[in-house]
Amino acid sequence: MPLYSQIIQYVLSGITIGSVYAIIALGFNIIYNSTSIINFAQGEFVMLGGLTMIFFTVMLKFPLVIGFPLTVLVLTLIGIIMERFTISPIKKPTVVTLIIVTIAVSILFKGVAMLVWGKDTHFLPPFSGEKGIAFMGASLNPQYIWVVGITVVVVVLLSIFFKYTIIGKAMTACAVNRTAASLMGINVKRMVLLSFALSAAIGGIAGIIIAPITLMAYDNGAMLGLKGFGAAVLGGLGNFYGAIFAGLLLGVMESLGAGLIHSGYKDAIALLVLLLVLFIKPSGIFGVTEVSGFKKF
Amino acid sequence: MDKKNSLTLLILTVCLVVFPFIVTNTYYISTMVFVGINGIIAIGLSLLMGCAGQISIGHAAFFGLGAYTSAVLTAKLGFHPWCAFFLGILLSSCIALIIGIPSLKLKGHYLAMATLGFGEITYIVFNELTDITGGPSGIGGIPKIYLAGYAMNTDIKYYFFVWAFLLLILTLSLNLIHSRIGRALRSIHDSEVAANAMGVNTSKLKIQVFMISAVFGSVAGSLYTHYVTFVSPSSFGLFFSILLVMMVVIGGMHSVWGALIGAALLTILPEFLRALKDFEIFVYGAVLLLIMIFLPRGLIGGLEYLFNRLIKKV
Repeated sequence: MPLYSQIIQYVLSGITIGSVYAIIALGFNIIYNSTSIINFAQGEFVMLGGLTMIFFTVMLKFPLVIGFPLTVLVLTLIGIIMERFTISPIKKPTVVTLIIVTIAVSILFKGVAMLVWGKDTHFLPPFSGEKGIAFMGASLNPQYIWVVGITVVVVVLLSIFFKYTIIGKAMTACAVNRTAASLMGINVKRMVLLSFALSAAIGGIAGIIIAPITLMAYDNGAMLGLKGFGAAVLGGLGNFYGAIFAGLLLGVMESLGAGLIHSGYKDAIALLVLLLVLFIKPSGIFGVTEVSGFKKF
Repeated sequence: MDKKNSLTLLILTVCLVVFPFIVTNTYYISTMVFVGINGIIAIGLSLLMGCAGQISIGHAAFFGLGAYTSAVLTAKLGFHPWCAFFLGILLSSCIALIIGIPSLKLKGHYLAMATLGFGEITYIVFNELTDITGGPSGIGGIPKIYLAGYAMNTDIKYYFFVWAFLLLILTLSLNLIHSRIGRALRSIHDSEVAANAMGVNTSKLKIQVFMISAVFGSVAGSLYTHYVTFVSPSSFGLFFSILLVMMVVIGGMHSVWGALIGAALLTILPEFLRALKDFEIFVYGAVLLLIMIFLPRGLIGGLEYLFNRLIKKV
């Protein structure tokens, strides 16, 4: 394969994995905006999404169109349960306490997933076959189109939700100023609950679409969560479009680094770029310095 | 150091000396060695997190740097263990300085991400630099360390060796906290702007305490290496960094004693849970969750609360 089509191949797979990072980063942002918590269980939502989808479509043989919404529904419930039983009961929470709580929840989810699905890696068949499509000298896996397509749909729906619906606007208001939002009659506690439900749901979607490419096991959540967190920070925490841009950037860099430099160093290359960006611009690419200093430990 | 701390330190020392005479099972002694090693790093991290209010989710890297410096220099190049020990400290503090200067300008979650990234990069380098580190299969055949002519070759000897280090580090840390520097650090925790306005050189102090905690990590790493006589990258990954942060927070972030209690709990608990087999991870997560929900100030916070109520009743 000539070099340029190799590069196209790497960019294509980079955009695909980057889309997934972008969705995960959006999940981080939704919760961060309403609570200023970094939810370390976000990666576990992705893992649970993938495995639940495998449960419905592979084990119970449900068709994709039923398995998909059912999985999203299950994850939404998991998000709600998590908020009700772990975040909500804490009196006078500090940011560090909440972070440790979410880490504990992520360990708990991992333990449950291991009990339910075992330690094996599970396979989810691609949505529309595995036959590659020729594209500018490179081979395009049809699942890539599904991933990017569904990501675009998620992003468009979320933008509409935050811009044009009353609940979405209320959530945005909480992100800007929680006290002012509650003075305007917005039920902040309900918005927090909603943000966990929404975050879990889109985390689940990320898991469903990535499972046919990377496969899924009970311990895959942490690494995916870490990359998503990296994207969220790189784009500027809480910044909607920053997360998407940074997710894609991380994915493409990782893929190019693995292909052209050394596959063992792929994560190191992506992280090194992330560190350099933070050192030059401490609040992420699109972040505002004031905001980054505002929510501190 | 005030009276209360000196007294606690004395009681701890007595308990530690008596312990191996009551419990002779080498398995328990060996677990206590690991409590000591983890305790040393946790105390350093507690100075950084609890005192100065700066988070680090990459401290396994300094533990790894100390461990690998000792391993590579003694097993492969035939250096004297103590020479490697101090070179490890030197390397860790230099790297802490280089990483600390740009990182500690970051705040909150951005600092968390930067230290996490640094930890992961170090972990990947341990894995990929096969010529020096031996890659994923690690380095074995590391010699034992000698103290004044005596080889630290049994669990009991190593137990006293490690805990002597821990007590030294604990004393140093307690003195540091109750000094002028300690008060300056706490002022950073409360408000960096106010600390700056009062003439505290906050950026310099933050880097210094970061370096101190890196040195403690490196010391623990070297002690670990000469105890297990084998190192591989899997001991120095993200999971261990997160575990260290949890030790500090679960124990109680506002006190170095908390870090010690947290280290003890999180080192001993998995040993007990091993009997549960497949339920191990689940129960472990549940225990941590319950502690955090019901004791948000950590175990030491809970103990203090009980103690104060007891005093009131009496």
